[in-house]
Amino acid sequence: MKAFFILLATIVAFPLAAQDGAPPAPFAYRQLDNPAQEAAAQELMETLRCLKCQSQSIADSDAAMAGDMRHQVRIRIAAGDSPDEVRDWLIERYGDYVSYEPVMSATTWPLFAIPVLLVLVAGLLFARRFRRRA
Amino acid sequence: MSWRLWLPFMVFFGFLGLAAYQLSQPKDDEIRSAMVGKELPYFTLPPASLDLPGVDSRYFADGKPKLLNIWASWCLPCIAEAPQLEQLKEEGAEIVGVAIRDKPTDVMRFLSQHGNPYTRIGRDDLSEVQLGIGSSGVPETFVIDGNGIITYQHIGDIRPENVPVLLEELRKAGQ
Amino acid sequence: MIAEIGLAALWLAAALAVLQLLGGVLALRGGTTSDIAALTRPAAILQGGLVAVSFAALLYVFAITDLSVKLVAMNSHTLKPLIFKLSGAWGNHEGSMLLWVTVMALAGALIAGIERRLPEKTMQATLAAQGFVALGFYAFLLLSSNPFERLAQPAAEGLGLNPLLQDIGLALHPPTLYFGYVGLSVAFSFAVGALVTKQVTPAFARAMRPWILGAWVFLTLGITAGSYWAYYELGWGGYWFWDPVENASLMPWLAATALLHSASVLASRDALRVWTIMLGVVAFSMSMLGTFLVRSGILTSVHAFAVDPERGSFILFLLALYIGGALLLFALRAGAISEGERFSVASREGALVVNNVMLSAILAVVLLGTLYPLLTEAFDVRVSVGPPYFNPVGAVFTFPMLAVMAVGPLLRWRKDGFGRITKELALVGAVLLSGPILFALLFGMAILPLLGLSFAIALAVASFLPLKGRKLRRVPVETWGMVIAHFGIAVALFGMASESAFSTEKLAALEEGGTTQVGPWSVQLQKVEPVAGPNWTALAGRMTATYRDGEPVEIAPQSRNFWAPPQQTTESVLVTRWNGQLYAVMGSDANDGRWQLRLWWKPFVTLIWYGGLLIALGGVLALVGRVQKDLKRRYVTRRAAERRVDMENG
Repeated sequence: MKAFFILLATIVAFPLAAQDGAPPAPFAYRQLDNPAQEAAAQELMETLRCLKCQSQSIADSDAAMAGDMRHQVRIRIAAGDSPDEVRDWLIERYGDYVSYEPVMSATTWPLFAIPVLLVLVAGLLFARRFRRRA
Repeated sequence: MSWRLWLPFMVFFGFLGLAAYQLSQPKDDEIRSAMVGKELPYFTLPPASLDLPGVDSRYFADGKPKLLNIWASWCLPCIAEAPQLEQLKEEGAEIVGVAIRDKPTDVMRFLSQHGNPYTRIGRDDLSEVQLGIGSSGVPETFVIDGNGIITYQHIGDIRPENVPVLLEELRKAGQ
Repeated sequence: MIAEIGLAALWLAAALAVLQLLGGVLALRGGTTSDIAALTRPAAILQGGLVAVSFAALLYVFAITDLSVKLVAMNSHTLKPLIFKLSGAWGNHEGSMLLWVTVMALAGALIAGIERRLPEKTMQATLAAQGFVALGFYAFLLLSSNPFERLAQPAAEGLGLNPLLQDIGLALHPPTLYFGYVGLSVAFSFAVGALVTKQVTPAFARAMRPWILGAWVFLTLGITAGSYWAYYELGWGGYWFWDPVENASLMPWLAATALLHSASVLASRDALRVWTIMLGVVAFSMSMLGTFLVRSGILTSVHAFAVDPERGSFILFLLALYIGGALLLFALRAGAISEGERFSVASREGALVVNNVMLSAILAVVLLGTLYPLLTEAFDVRVSVGPPYFNPVGAVFTFPMLAVMAVGPLLRWRKDGFGRITKELALVGAVLLSGPILFALLFGMAILPLLGLSFAIALAVASFLPLKGRKLRRVPVETWGMVIAHFGIAVALFGMASESAFSTEKLAALEEGGTTQVGPWSVQLQKVEPVAGPNWTALAGRMTATYRDGEPVEIAPQSRNFWAPPQQTTESVLVTRWNGQLYAVMGSDANDGRWQLRLWWKPFVTLIWYGGLLIALGGVLALVGRVQKDLKRRYVTRRAAERRVDMENG
């Protein structure tokens, strides 16, 4: 499981290995002044996937592109967009992959159906077993 | 013997089949843009170098298909694809550059070292255009038709074998 | 020379594994009294010694940095401190596999040497299974991952000096998880042995239980340590990301937890026979699956470390062989094993069954969410499954499980009624209900943290109720173990819910001398100064942090640049108080004379890992209690046998 660490280490290190010259976007590391908007933006950022690091949200990444995405999210929220509008804007460009928020769709319904099915089966087995005994 | 006892075995073999199939497939980590087939979003970028003009999205709707190359002077694969861009230019392709998070001095040094295939280079300091067209890395190259519609996306550096593909896509976009 | 000795010992050990397998199989066919059957146990014991020699040889070549050995040249460096030279021996694919087989062979030697409670046939089958599993790993090592391979020309200097990997946590974390995985492999061998002879008895559960407990303790420690490492090293204050590689370590833990409880039912009440066997197989398959997912790179990104599809294929092949074989055996044999003793819903067993089902459902959710992208990619659709899926869907099963966990230990075995424990139920229920009302009134919280805090407090109270009315000094050690482990779950849950509900984040850009507030802390940036280390330079932000009106604390988080390989890391600083942690990260230059800082105040966040430690401590106590009891039982049986012999003679 050292791989766990190497993976994490590379996630930390990789984005910065490709050094670029530009300073971070203004709202990459700056919170919005309106606390309600900042909270909404933060909540949204935690559910958007960093496209460069691939297994972290943009809220947890030092990658420059994640910073630029945070900037986009914050200025759009500040401009009055709802979190869902911002999410849809990104999904329109990158597909469902960019969002961790599970939406029930033609491709994702088994994610929800299978756990429900498992519980039903377990319940059924219980019911049968304990009824038989009684 | 109950069929239910075979259930774990069958589920497991389903997984094995899937895993074996995926292991045999070449790993595809590319994130394709969902904007292919859609219109280029509106943007205006200031020039990224002193010699070339900046880029405006309306510039693409002049009837002639073009290549939109997302690149940066700090990106190593961009050096690797420079000869192929040169070749595309010689074959008559018009290449518009968008430099991501870059400085004019670095851009100009890169162009003097590795050649300049571009007619215009826009400076995208906040990755706005990159995010706007659904690109997730540098370098990437998009084919834009004469009406400003994105028709094709190439991810990663352009290898010699990709050149004919891009020329063909440009030709199709021109019809 | 030493490397060759190590390799030779490994080949010999592999040969003995063949002997162990053959001996076990022949014993099953020809009866346990044959000559070959007598060889099984010595083969296992000698094998343990040989593999230990082989691993010692690997440690030696790493300790002296023998650069003619390829693995050393690739992963070590003469300038490393000795401790990291040694840990480098298992900090790579080949060495870690050798460590795995070493622990496995030592475990095999131990059961061959001391385990005599089970019928000899079951033991022979168990040792044969153990030999079979070990053989696969020997083949993997010797045929495709030889750790002792020599270079034609000794290297001038080693390549392995990655500073990020020189961390004491990193040195100890992998062995911790391997011990866990190997413990589960022993449980697996026992399950296969019992399936072969169809003797699924309380004695079988008692023989298996110490291994499950041990594995569970190590897995708990491994996950706890890994989570804390991610928390302090990644610099964003997150401690769990539902990353596939993290899930790979969580899944065996979930399966082992379920197995632990069902084995308890089997040991005490002779019920849940088939289910325990199934879980024994599942727990080990989750370890193998985790190894496969991590090493094949099938789920990780291009930006991760170099992975090897060939190794992935080999592990997948082993997985198919072990787990496919065991499940086939299960399908053929389990029908002949009767269900065991019956019990009513309102009983200790009933509660444990519900707990088992819930744990399995959580395991299924994690497994499904982890593998789902693999499934859709087969159809060229890419989806992301992350925290917004795992948290709520997992919670649907976690909270009912916690409720059962609070009540279950109060119930009696076999048949009980809730009427007997109305007072306790009322107490737990009252705490559970008053929590949401209180927190909602005070803070207006989101639903999951609200439930988390309420359940944590209720469970913390409930976990001590089994001690009510008992003389504390007479309470058996293993009961203390259960109480403390359950309390640990409550503590960890409280930390998680509190972190999620009450954390405050502050991203600030400060000039030198500027001050900012985060929660109850006020942080002043004094000075930013360059610092140099052996292979890095850094910017350190000297700050004073003051909690309300308290004494200021000096801190200096760094933003570090390593030269070779060029990497930037953040060295965050944590200021721990009894009621939480201040988490400070130094950012970059804001280009206008100001410096970017990231600050968090995370109330009670440390409880997450203290909870993990308590859970592990509970496991240790349970292990001690069980082993003590087993030894006593063995002593009593021997005395009884001696007395019988005496009486017959006398």
